[in-house]
Amino acid sequence: MKRPLLGTALVHMGLVVLCVIVLYPLLWVVGMALSSQPGLQQGLWPLPAQPSLVNFTHLLTAQDAAGHFTFWRQLGNSILVATLTTLVGLTFSVTAAYALSRFAFPGRRLGMTALLATQMFPATMMSVPLYAILDKLHLLNSLSGLVLVYATTSVPFCVWMLKGYFDTIPKDLEEAALLDGASQGQIFLKVVLPLTRPALAVTALFSFMTAWNEFVLAATFIDDQLRFTLPVALQRLVGEYKTEWGLFAAGALLVSAPVMAVFFALQKNLVGGLTAGGVKG
Amino acid sequence: MTRVGGVAAVKRAIAIVTLACALFASGVRAEAPPEKTRILVWHAYRAAEETALLMLIDQFNAAHPEYRAEALALPYDVYPSKLSAAIPTGHGPDVFIFAQERVSAWARDGLLSPMDADAAMMPGEFPEAALDALRSKGALWGLPLSLKSVALYVNKSLVPVAPVNTDEMVALAQKLTDPAQGRFGLAWEAGDFYHHASWLSGFGGKLFKEPEHRPVVDTPEGVAALTFVRDLMRKKHVMPEEPSAQLVATLFNANRAAMVINGPWFAGEIHGVDYEVVSLPIVSATGLPARPLLTVEAALVSATSEVKDGARALARFLVSKDASILRAKIGRQVVATRSAYDDPGVGGDTLLRAFRKQAESAVPMDNTPAMLTVWEPYKRALTAVLSGLLEPDEALAQAQRRLNAIAKPMPPPASPWPLLLLAAGGILALSIWIRRRPVRPDAPALYHDVRRAIAYCTPAAASILVLVFIPFAIGVGLAFFHHGEGRYTFVGLSNFVDILTSRDYRITEPMSFWFTLAVTLAWTVANVVLHVSIGLFLALLLRDPLLKFKGVYRVLLIVPWAVPNYITALVWKGMFHRQFGAISALLATLGLEPVSWFTRFSTSFAANVVTNTWLGFPFMMVVSLGALQSIPQDLYEAAEVDGASKWAQFRHITLPLLRPALLPAVILGSVWTFNMFNIIYLVSGGEPGGATDILVSEAYRWAFQRNEQFGFAAAYSTLIFLFLLGWSALTRRVAREPSPEAA
Repeated sequence: MKRPLLGTALVHMGLVVLCVIVLYPLLWVVGMALSSQPGLQQGLWPLPAQPSLVNFTHLLTAQDAAGHFTFWRQLGNSILVATLTTLVGLTFSVTAAYALSRFAFPGRRLGMTALLATQMFPATMMSVPLYAILDKLHLLNSLSGLVLVYATTSVPFCVWMLKGYFDTIPKDLEEAALLDGASQGQIFLKVVLPLTRPALAVTALFSFMTAWNEFVLAATFIDDQLRFTLPVALQRLVGEYKTEWGLFAAGALLVSAPVMAVFFALQKNLVGGLTAGGVKG
Repeated sequence: MTRVGGVAAVKRAIAIVTLACALFASGVRAEAPPEKTRILVWHAYRAAEETALLMLIDQFNAAHPEYRAEALALPYDVYPSKLSAAIPTGHGPDVFIFAQERVSAWARDGLLSPMDADAAMMPGEFPEAALDALRSKGALWGLPLSLKSVALYVNKSLVPVAPVNTDEMVALAQKLTDPAQGRFGLAWEAGDFYHHASWLSGFGGKLFKEPEHRPVVDTPEGVAALTFVRDLMRKKHVMPEEPSAQLVATLFNANRAAMVINGPWFAGEIHGVDYEVVSLPIVSATGLPARPLLTVEAALVSATSEVKDGARALARFLVSKDASILRAKIGRQVVATRSAYDDPGVGGDTLLRAFRKQAESAVPMDNTPAMLTVWEPYKRALTAVLSGLLEPDEALAQAQRRLNAIAKPMPPPASPWPLLLLAAGGILALSIWIRRRPVRPDAPALYHDVRRAIAYCTPAAASILVLVFIPFAIGVGLAFFHHGEGRYTFVGLSNFVDILTSRDYRITEPMSFWFTLAVTLAWTVANVVLHVSIGLFLALLLRDPLLKFKGVYRVLLIVPWAVPNYITALVWKGMFHRQFGAISALLATLGLEPVSWFTRFSTSFAANVVTNTWLGFPFMMVVSLGALQSIPQDLYEAAEVDGASKWAQFRHITLPLLRPALLPAVILGSVWTFNMFNIIYLVSGGEPGGATDILVSEAYRWAFQRNEQFGFAAAYSTLIFLFLLGWSALTRRVAREPSPEAA
């Protein structure tokens, strides 16, 4: 199957134009990050005449009184928290979604509705009670507490997404495996999960992002500079009277780089699902 | 073969990451056990101010071997709510640094230790105004560290002699303004009440009516001050429009704003301009000086501190003469301690001297919760007048109505018994109904998986129960209470009644619940339709296996999701600026007139939607890419053979088969958009006049900007919850309708 050359060229042109539109506002962020002086560029071209990396070097080499490189410590915390959130969140949601999709038990519909309902109450009113609960559980000022909160936040979407996807996977495959003598656990891990890769990739990215950019809860629950995540450090640049825009922009770019790396690694799994060939088998 | 290898690699990678995480976590926890008594200091200082504070903490530790003071720097946005959560539970700081604006409420709620005795040990050291700012109910609640207020910065190359009164200032400004060149005589953040307050006092106005201490803004003096500023911007054009802090700094540094009004923090942002700082001019119309608001930053001691003696010693040390000299020299603070100015390096510093002089005539900002309610209504009035939407008297009358609605009397306390009885009756009826319901004869066979299902669901269910449902239940419970003066009173359903009957506003007014609900619905629908259609369209393009570079396109197109939206939302706001924004520049190159985006509902709403669409479509694109994989490719091949057009394939294969996998994202996406408040807060800020605000921003404002009426905020949140629950039930019903399956 071959596409006409003109069509391909048009698609590429359209995509390039779109990328330019999408990336243009980010050029302003880059412009702010590269300017050594505060203040805005004006007009249509956002990059400064004399770009400087001073904002980046300032952030990357910042040290606290004890000589710790704070940026790298906080980057480590962020990676740790986001990775663990993804693992915990996915473990919680994959199992629950599979049960909701495959097993017959009372309260399935109620469960799905309850999951949805958790997303509906505005978060503004939740942080103070949550603080008290984490205090009771002795999970304040610990990254594990933060991971648990983030994972729980991401579970409803992940369960819904995964359940929807499980529903589209034909049951014949599992039944065939059962006939071949595979155990329930084996079927789940070896047959069903590999087929779910596209949805797993989406939910993994989602859980990762839930933890990666959050700062309100992190700043509220953690009491130690060296345990803060990067977004908290970034938000420190927004002050009562003024904001360090250059540093903030540089920090925002540094914060988003790992996300793009994660996405680049995951995106191959988004496509090339196996269902198409699997059923024929 | 390769796939098996891939799985093994993934497993290895997970093992390595887990191991690294474990090592890292153990490294974080390994700390030396405290031998000395620890004094925890919280602050939101940055840069030079933080450096000075840390140096002083080191000095204190060296002089007091029994203590080990430690500082924690917090983001300003989160700082007050963290204090309110942490201090009552005993996890808070021992000493913390904050301005006076919340002192009354904190003292009332028992979060602070009185400091009268400590101040008495340093008689005559502090200006009376600074101490007054920290007093509440007859006691002193903190030791003043530094004084902050705005003053007039003048560019000496453009203004050789600083103006003494407003007549001179305006005449100079008119001479130095050239709109065609983008040059202005004057600039300040005119849309912000903190800056405007100087003119209010200069025209003889006061913010509070005594003795009831009620904010009154629709006064003749208020109108005169607002008219004065409006004329500077809209009639004389000596000031830029929509002046943000960044714009003011940019113009001053480029010699394009001759005089700006700003605080001591601005000095660090000036590059290459020869300037001086003087007190604000005398208002010629009244002969009174323009007196800015005075903020007093103070060292406060927590009421729940276990090392109060050490904490107070540290607070006293921070305001001592030597420490204040260091704060002035290194932190560049206008210190409150008088004797510090005996040091020639401090007393001779022109910048500090100018701001100290201005602070002497400044009006200490009120420290009661009533002050916190003034900012939002006044800001609305300022932006409405400065964008030409309203006359000053109309705008201030509207602000007064808002303030009256916030200060409404508490509803009468109600007895909780009727509601409790009703709830108990409901639970009883429900349990009887469940018990009496006939058990299906095939239930054991039908529900044979129950045990396994419980095992699979428990982790998720348990964590959600504890971390989501308990806070949720507390939140809903609060909706039946009134929070005022630090106490909760049960008021039954009156919060709900007030909201639903829109007691303070006609329902066609932007501030009414029903108007806001309609805007919220329009906002949600517009966003979700745009996110899903753009996301799905791109996903369809980008899954084509023959398309080159699709990985690169995919990564580039999710960038808006990856970058923290706080900064990108503000970049968009900057692009929508009428005079200097990129969109105006683009319109100008096309020969079109620039648009004033935030003065009309339609354009302001559109600006919000454009920003949020830009932020939101990548998520839907990623979800659609994943969901598209659930559609077997052979269906398309079969359709191709049957000669179905691309559109027919999309309509009859893609859409129906995509529904189960895409529906959760659409439902949840609409729930999130319904409650997506920060984009509106950052881009339009609710302008014009709160018309583009959505329900959740109202909930936020009642909780944090309107006298901490948590009960009212909780009632708003509960209504949002109920509405979304009903809405999702409806969508799911619609979505369940049988459709012709293509397969």
